[in-house]
Amino acid sequence: MPEEHGTKKGMIRAMELLEVHNVSKHYKNFSLENIDFVLPKGYIMGYVGQNGAGKSTTLNIITNLCKSSVGEVRVNGITCMEDTVQYKESIGYIGGDFYYPNNFTVRNIRGILKNFYSTFSVEQFNELLHQWKLSDKMKVKDFSQGMKVKLMFAAVLARDTKLMVLDEATNGLDPVVRLEILKLLQEYIADGERSVIFSTHILSDLEQIADYIFFIHDGKKVLYDAKDELLESYLLVKGERRAITPQLQKALVGIMDNAYGFEAILPSDRADLLNHDFHFEKPTIDEIVIHYIKDKEKNG
Amino acid sequence: MKIIISNQSELPIYAQIKEQLKEQILNGQIPEGSTLPSIRQLAKEVGVSVITTTRAYSDLEAEGFIATMQGKGSVVLSKDNSMLQEQYLLRIEEGLSTAIDTARVMGLSEEELVGIFYNLLHETRNGR
Repeated sequence: MPEEHGTKKGMIRAMELLEVHNVSKHYKNFSLENIDFVLPKGYIMGYVGQNGAGKSTTLNIITNLCKSSVGEVRVNGITCMEDTVQYKESIGYIGGDFYYPNNFTVRNIRGILKNFYSTFSVEQFNELLHQWKLSDKMKVKDFSQGMKVKLMFAAVLARDTKLMVLDEATNGLDPVVRLEILKLLQEYIADGERSVIFSTHILSDLEQIADYIFFIHDGKKVLYDAKDELLESYLLVKGERRAITPQLQKALVGIMDNAYGFEAILPSDRADLLNHDFHFEKPTIDEIVIHYIKDKEKNG
Repeated sequence: MKIIISNQSELPIYAQIKEQLKEQILNGQIPEGSTLPSIRQLAKEVGVSVITTTRAYSDLEAEGFIATMQGKGSVVLSKDNSMLQEQYLLRIEEGLSTAIDTARVMGLSEEELVGIFYNLLHETRNGR
């Protein structure tokens, strides 16, 4: 029955807030290759990789700041081509660099936002400014890094967006502000209708709240899974180099040596290769990433 | 309701949440019939991912501790619930097995062990 098929397809689409399909982009010295993932409504994704891995390129394609050579991006079911205004209204972007002119006051910025975005709520914006003690008359050049990031958050949160895109937005922030932002992001997705994608080269405190991890290296996908799955799929193994059997050598990922031993990642389903000579523990996402990068450097 | 997440724990976070809720349901700190916070609410409060709390709840549901109903949230099931009964019996057996093992180690006779058991039973009964 075609009707039923239509409903079904519609339902599946409605579950995904962000769809990135086979996106590629080629530059002279760098290529983003076949990036493909989905982010359901109401979840948070960490987009992880080294500097220059292609994180910003991907996020800029999502925000339509740059166009992909191939592939398709949908936000809340639509492409930017289908409805550019709705597409852009549904995205809130916060970057690591402050994007408002330095000699502007908060009042100037509010005026611009009001005219630019149809869903911008002055009341909500003012309330957030008040809450975060950002003065109306201050010029933003006198703001601390934390205040600048908060101003960018206020500008996004005062609009009716569906997807928050954060590109290294918490870089250089102190732990207290980082924690506040963490809470903000969880608040943002709390009703299950909105999602967040954030890029970072260090996960640390953001790791706890991420539902999905996409790990990109040299423009290509390395790992993409639910974070809890990833954490359970690997063990962090330590021990003496000479205790490694040939079989174990093959299974270990990204062996790193120091003067007294080695450290590597092992898929959990190969734990049978370990004996009491080795110490093993739960890895963090950062540790998985570091050893994968090491492995890529060695084996290409 | 109390939840403490430890990064040093060998247990994954979902399991830490699950075990702590289970403990509090079994010892009555979370009474039967009470509604747990929603999956999203709990994730926000504890500062963990939604997938993590979802897994903790679905495990608790599978083991018969809670039932999640559309629009009503997750409710702690009655202790008469058969799966939960099994969990309780398992706990009792575990506790008694520990006592038996310890008694064997110190060479206590079965009569003496049963004697201790009855004494304790009377003491706690009178205590109430």
